[in-house]
Amino acid sequence: MSPARERVPEGTTPTAESGRVVLAGEEIGRALRRIAHEILETNKGPQDLLLLGIPTRGVHLARRLGAALHDVEGVEVPVGSLDVTMYRDDLRRQPVRHLEPTDVPGDRVEGKVVVLVDDVLFSGRTVRAALDSLADLGRPRAVRLAVLVDRGHRELPIRADHVGKNLPTSRGERVWVRLVEQDGADEVRIAADPARREGERQ
Amino acid sequence: MRHLLSIGDLSREEILELLDTAESMHEVQHREVKKLPTLRGRTIINFFFEDSTRTRSSFELAGKWLSADTINLSGKGSSVSKGESLRDTVMTIDAMGVDLMVVRHMASGAPAQIASWTGCSIVNAGDGTHEHPSQALLDAYTMRRRLGGDLAGRHVAIVGDLTHSRVLRSNLLCLRTLGASVTLVAPPTLMPSGIGPWADTDGFGTSYELDDVLPTVDAVMMLRVQRERMSGGFFPTPREYAVRYGLTPARLARMPEHAVICHPGPMNRGLEISADAADAAQSLVLDQVSAGVAVRMSILYHLLAGEGSTS
Repeated sequence: MSPARERVPEGTTPTAESGRVVLAGEEIGRALRRIAHEILETNKGPQDLLLLGIPTRGVHLARRLGAALHDVEGVEVPVGSLDVTMYRDDLRRQPVRHLEPTDVPGDRVEGKVVVLVDDVLFSGRTVRAALDSLADLGRPRAVRLAVLVDRGHRELPIRADHVGKNLPTSRGERVWVRLVEQDGADEVRIAADPARREGERQ
Repeated sequence: MRHLLSIGDLSREEILELLDTAESMHEVQHREVKKLPTLRGRTIINFFFEDSTRTRSSFELAGKWLSADTINLSGKGSSVSKGESLRDTVMTIDAMGVDLMVVRHMASGAPAQIASWTGCSIVNAGDGTHEHPSQALLDAYTMRRRLGGDLAGRHVAIVGDLTHSRVLRSNLLCLRTLGASVTLVAPPTLMPSGIGPWADTDGFGTSYELDDVLPTVDAVMMLRVQRERMSGGFFPTPREYAVRYGLTPARLARMPEHAVICHPGPMNRGLEISADAADAAQSLVLDQVSAGVAVRMSILYHLLAGEGSTS
């Protein structure tokens, strides 16, 4: 029932040594601070902003972004979480997934500028699910997307507005984001993924 | 999970996962748009051979809010009343391409029997005097929400017509699996025969004296006196039952302040539960109904959403 479970397929559990580190420690903090400035610039201030993290690591990142926005602008920007599991298009390809909480501060997205926050942008399918789920909650004035890592290989016409790091990868690789809140350390690691390469050959 | 036939088939982890999922589903109930696309294209049949208001309507709502197509069939007014056998009726429905059947039947074991005939998932929505698993799950969900924690170490008294109660069996199994201690309270005539050895091996208590049990409970579950199943002779008069075993205002005062009251409904006010108790602040009766939809959404999600689920 650990929240980390769903993103790591069996037999490919990342160890502290596997692969190489592409972002570590303070670099993540710097990337988030830059994104915070970008968000304020695009939005011309903090008004109507609502940060929604996609569980599980997106929620931690959203909270950090909220803190960074507070440091820069001195205002409290509401931060929540948006579980998109029920809107995924791959539910029937996997065992039943555990649901994470959805918590929208104020219970309203109407008229807000929603910034979706996730750790890794890959196929774009999670973001597609998040957009559908938002539509059921109401009608935001605008929706933007902030991700820590964009690793390419999109399968849908979706792009991020704010990116911590663009990371060219092959499909046979895996990107692991570890965060202090959940994993005890801040780092982004990239490594070959035997399971995924196997899957591709089929 | 392929079927939900008995709480006895579930591990503690599975029960908690179902309850946790229900928490997420509950939140949908308060949205403006009460609809999730998760079970789009799936078909669910509610097959009710016995009368039901809350179970059937909450299963129907649960299916609809998850975007499944749901239809209701009742024993009355279907081919069953023309003399068709249960197997033929069920196989006919199955042949239409149904993904899941919610079955209520007056015969204990009917859902399990149906599960052995068809390829679709079966949910037992109450079979005879055997089990009613979704009711036990929603009771556990409601109590957990109000009392906090996972009910381990909590003391729950189940009171009333135990002999005819399927809710009792499911609740007993569910609460024991979650680690709660349980005391069954009933007049000797309504205590199931052979409960003694079961109580010894499974570690729950029995009592004929409600007043002795009440001061230590965290929750008391009042079961309905099922007049339709009583061929008579279980207690002299309803009045006497109410005096000895009803949750009267005086008994309400004997309960600890934090303790809650559950009743699976429909209530016989003035018989097993007084109006004071039914409408008291500790009463969870309406919370149970509202939890019913969330818990049933969770059940449908776990049976139909994952890979390898029936098609």
